[in-house]
Amino acid sequence: MDESTKEHEQLIAELEEIYDTDYEIGQDNVERLGLDMHNPVFFVSAGLIVLFVAASLMFPEVAKAGLEATKAWIQVTFDWVLLSAGNVFVLFCLALILLPVGSIRIGGDDAVPDFSILSWFAMLFAAGIGIGLMFWGVAEPVGYYTDWYGTPLNIEAGTDEARPAALGATMYHWGLHPWAIYAVVALALSFFAYNKGLPLTIRSTFYPLLGDRIWGPIGNMVDVLAVLATIFGLATSLGFGAQQAAAGMSFLFEVENGLTTQLTIIACVTAVALISVLRGIDGGVKLLSNINMSLALLLLLFVVLAGGLGAFAVNYGQTLSGYADYILPLSNPFGRSDDVFYHEWTIFYWAWWISWSPFVGMFIARVSRGRTVRQFLTAVLVVPTLVTTIWMAAFGGGGLDQIEMGVGELADGIGDDALVLFQMLENLPLSALTSLLGICLVLVFFVTSSDSGSLVIDSITSGGKTDAPVTQRVFWATMQGVIAAVLLSLGGAAALDALQAGAVSTGLPFTFVLLAMCVSLALGLRHELKLKQALQV
Amino acid sequence: MFKRIMVPVALQHVDRMRRTLNIAADLARQYDATIHFVAVSGTVPNAIARTPEKFAAELDLFAREQGDEAGVDSDSLALITNDPAAELDARLLEAVEKTEADLVVMGSHPPGVADALHLIGSHSAWLVRHSDVSVFVVR
Repeated sequence: MDESTKEHEQLIAELEEIYDTDYEIGQDNVERLGLDMHNPVFFVSAGLIVLFVAASLMFPEVAKAGLEATKAWIQVTFDWVLLSAGNVFVLFCLALILLPVGSIRIGGDDAVPDFSILSWFAMLFAAGIGIGLMFWGVAEPVGYYTDWYGTPLNIEAGTDEARPAALGATMYHWGLHPWAIYAVVALALSFFAYNKGLPLTIRSTFYPLLGDRIWGPIGNMVDVLAVLATIFGLATSLGFGAQQAAAGMSFLFEVENGLTTQLTIIACVTAVALISVLRGIDGGVKLLSNINMSLALLLLLFVVLAGGLGAFAVNYGQTLSGYADYILPLSNPFGRSDDVFYHEWTIFYWAWWISWSPFVGMFIARVSRGRTVRQFLTAVLVVPTLVTTIWMAAFGGGGLDQIEMGVGELADGIGDDALVLFQMLENLPLSALTSLLGICLVLVFFVTSSDSGSLVIDSITSGGKTDAPVTQRVFWATMQGVIAAVLLSLGGAAALDALQAGAVSTGLPFTFVLLAMCVSLALGLRHELKLKQALQV
Repeated sequence: MFKRIMVPVALQHVDRMRRTLNIAADLARQYDATIHFVAVSGTVPNAIARTPEKFAAELDLFAREQGDEAGVDSDSLALITNDPAAELDARLLEAVEKTEADLVVMGSHPPGVADALHLIGSHSAWLVRHSDVSVFVVR
């Protein structure tokens, strides 16, 4: 064996050694009562959940005041941090698409995708964003156009300028930025699990920076924080969602808009989520996502046709041009005068997206094996953004058209924000049918959120195992429903507000976690590329 | 009487499977049958292996060792799925077909509260109900 071959083999050995951890997946786990739980992540998370719920029930007003003050403080003091970080994530993703590391395949060169492209796209919306598109697709552009609660860059409401600004600003909140946040987390998780053999849990993404220290307290802390952000984010959304769905149902049918209806909705959503959880990814969340995507496309097509193709074309053009014109001014954190819009909308959304990123990111990671980094980022950034432009042009643009024509209730501005979608549909033909379709979509999106959330929390609390007993997922799905129901019936909106503010507040620590994750991911990808090149010679 | 005996194994819990493995070996010797060791694993790294390929290799090694130890023919079948916990039952049924087994020997826990409530039944009970193959449940 000559000198250069020896050196070459030594290089490969050295490269491989970097990720050669002695940590065995599940070594910190406790197996009791047929369960398989990470100690301390499972127990600390469960304890803190009980503590926070109990505290917010016993002292709802104090908890609300405290946690909302924290949230407000973060929104105002760290506004530039959150906004700049969002820009960094977009640029980071675009850079990875263009750089040579884009050719790295998640799961190794021979990995094949587990899911078809269509099912995969459908599942991207399953975890969190789908439900938001239903609620805000009409309400947000209408809100900006009518100055319901601030306008982007203080543009005067109701003017010709306000129209593309309303659509563009909405796109800014639902376009590249949120998806870049999710893409960073999803790519980091899937890369370190499928390519580097580390357990599928948040801490693994820091292996290049912290080495074997991630298995200790630092890793435990990050994982516990991710669990808390996810479960409180999901439970409070389910609680508020049940209120909104109940309002929608009483608007459409002869249903009483009260606690009984809300609790029934929570129980039904949780029950269907449980069935879905037990059926696994293919028989559960994938199936439901495919159904939901078909229904959503149907509703989208209907709204486009019913509103008129010509009007849609105008709205679509304005959505694109508005997005292009306002993406840079809205991304600028300095010298802003539109205080209400900037802090209460943009920064709130950024904290919200970031606090949901462990959940949505991990679910996307779970279903993205077999795609290259370039394919993955292009698909996760570009495709959902394009789909959203169509959605916003149809629903938001349709709402704006009704205002301008003075048709229906939207002409008087937003009353109850939960009803805006239905008020828009009411002025189109077949409104009974389409509103029912809308309600179904909302409910099924809640089911897929609950289902995918349980999958994610289970994976984190069992130390990255995906083969832990299904009973544990049942436990987490049930917990979400129970927390939502208990908060709603005992603490009311104050308790929900409190915990939601708490969940959103985790957006700040996670901003720093995500920034570090970018560095770590860049190191990991560079290492993988080096190893790949060394092995090819 | 039996030619192909299928034994589902959880590689991380082999220590708890001694009795099942011994019984399967006994039966295989008696009927001069082949033991097919079957395991279901995910694509995500787990306690046994970091990749599906390595998992299959580990199972194969295990099957050969067990076969040599018992003095019988052995084979292995690793089934990879993206959701091993939820799909275990369905995959085991698939394994019965793939291995063309005429007997399954598998361990089971004694029935508990969850079984009585029909929430999460045992995997062996499920296989008995859904397959026409003989199932030997070891306790």
